Amino acid sequence: MADPNYPDDLKYHAEHDWARIDGDEATLGITWYAQDTLGEVVFFTPPAVGATLTKDEAYTEVESVKAVSDVVAPLSGEVIEVNGSLGDNPQTINEDPYGEGWLVRIRISNPTEADALMDAAAYVATLP
Amino acid sequence: MHDAVDHELRRTPLYSEHVAAGAKLVAFAGWEMPIQYVGIRQEHLAVRSDVGVFDVSHMGQVVVSGPQALECLQHLVSGDVRRMPEGGAQYGLLCNERGGVLDDVFSYRLGERRFLLVTNSANHMRDLEWMRTHAREFDVEVSDHQSDFAMLAVQGPRARAVVQGLSDGLLPPRLHCMERSVAGVPLIVCGTGYTGEDGVELLCAPEQAPVLWSALLRAGAQPIGLGARDTLRLEACFHLYGNDLDEQHDPISAGLAWACAEETGFIGAQPISEVRASGPELKLVPFIIDGPGIARQGSVVVGGGVVTSGTFSPSLERGIGLAYIPADRAVPGNRLEIDVRGTIRTAVVEKKPLYRKDR
Repeated sequence: MADPNYPDDLKYHAEHDWARIDGDEATLGITWYAQDTLGEVVFFTPPAVGATLTKDEAYTEVESVKAVSDVVAPLSGEVIEVNGSLGDNPQTINEDPYGEGWLVRIRISNPTEADALMDAAAYVATLP
Repeated sequence: MHDAVDHELRRTPLYSEHVAAGAKLVAFAGWEMPIQYVGIRQEHLAVRSDVGVFDVSHMGQVVVSGPQALECLQHLVSGDVRRMPEGGAQYGLLCNERGGVLDDVFSYRLGERRFLLVTNSANHMRDLEWMRTHAREFDVEVSDHQSDFAMLAVQGPRARAVVQGLSDGLLPPRLHCMERSVAGVPLIVCGTGYTGEDGVELLCAPEQAPVLWSALLRAGAQPIGLGARDTLRLEACFHLYGNDLDEQHDPISAGLAWACAEETGFIGAQPISEVRASGPELKLVPFIIDGPGIARQGSVVVGGGVVTSGTFSPSLERGIGLAYIPADRAVPGNRLEIDVRGTIRTAVVEKKPLYRKDR
């Protein structure tokens, strides 16, 4: 889990989610702060490929020893890939939240929504 | 606003040590306590495989002493106190007149007419008031010693070896207590714990606690937070007051008939003996979730019942918990359906404890 880390190339949602936007696709995950607050993730059940995400609404859950937390979609879109390796190794979300711990890839349905997301500096300023 | 609340929290004498060890601190029963240091799972497994030390200085201490200390304690707690020798320890319950549980406490017989009780911090003041009220008919003194003790629990397969190496004499066996000096600190060593592992609990003067803590860490004990304390106790099926025990449940339903000696006439003995005779309507049972998901406190059991404690078991790598369910379904092997945040999860009723060394 190491030290706090908020890469500059990501867009951030106030509910502690990130999006790595690549053309009309995006990879989504939870931030360092989210995984640190949650503690060790023990279960992650991904949504189905083809599922529709709506910005600002929960699309899945991550569960730690302590608590279960909704994961909120930073962007609307359709799930085109899920990180299947997290089923057996959910702690990857803690170990590498922006890399191997990604949750889903989506095809973005409304690109202008990205304008409402924060850059790293703005997101960090929201943290306690 | 937030700061104002924080300032009302009490801190143990080891607060600086927790901060230095990288603890995450949370409010717990009016105290600012470490919930974890490096991570609940890692801390949990350290206690199962090696040795850990917990700061449990938030717990309360009450001393009952005087010519009728034995008779008084017999009236107050559920066990047969006469069976506790000097230097002995006994688990028991404080019950109200209806047989509801007010607290679960460990009693230590420090002398023929002197007993130390360790209370849950959230209940301590209420326990003290209750005990004082019901001690009036006895020639005893009931005194509050919560501020006079720091309390450390050293638990795990290597716990005794670590403490023994720092001790000026042999340690007491399980369910016994004695005065010793450990790392040069005079204290009471108790052969008790809340993890399902062997180990001891140490009661010393608060100002000496940092010396003791540092010596235990140097000797190899890893600091363990309240998060792992909860997962460890739940694997061992030890009750947590406020979750699995309360005034709405009697000890028989809670599976604590073994801790009740109704023939002694303790407060609540009569209604408890009636439940024992007729059989409880609900029973507290341990369960393991089949597949992913974790039932939590308050999750509803389909067809009747409620989860009172639920967490992830680092040893079993499954959701585990305790639930009150109708007695006819409280049979090991029975399958339960539990509503976990709208998803129905299947669970299997198990025998106690959920974690065994030989599994």
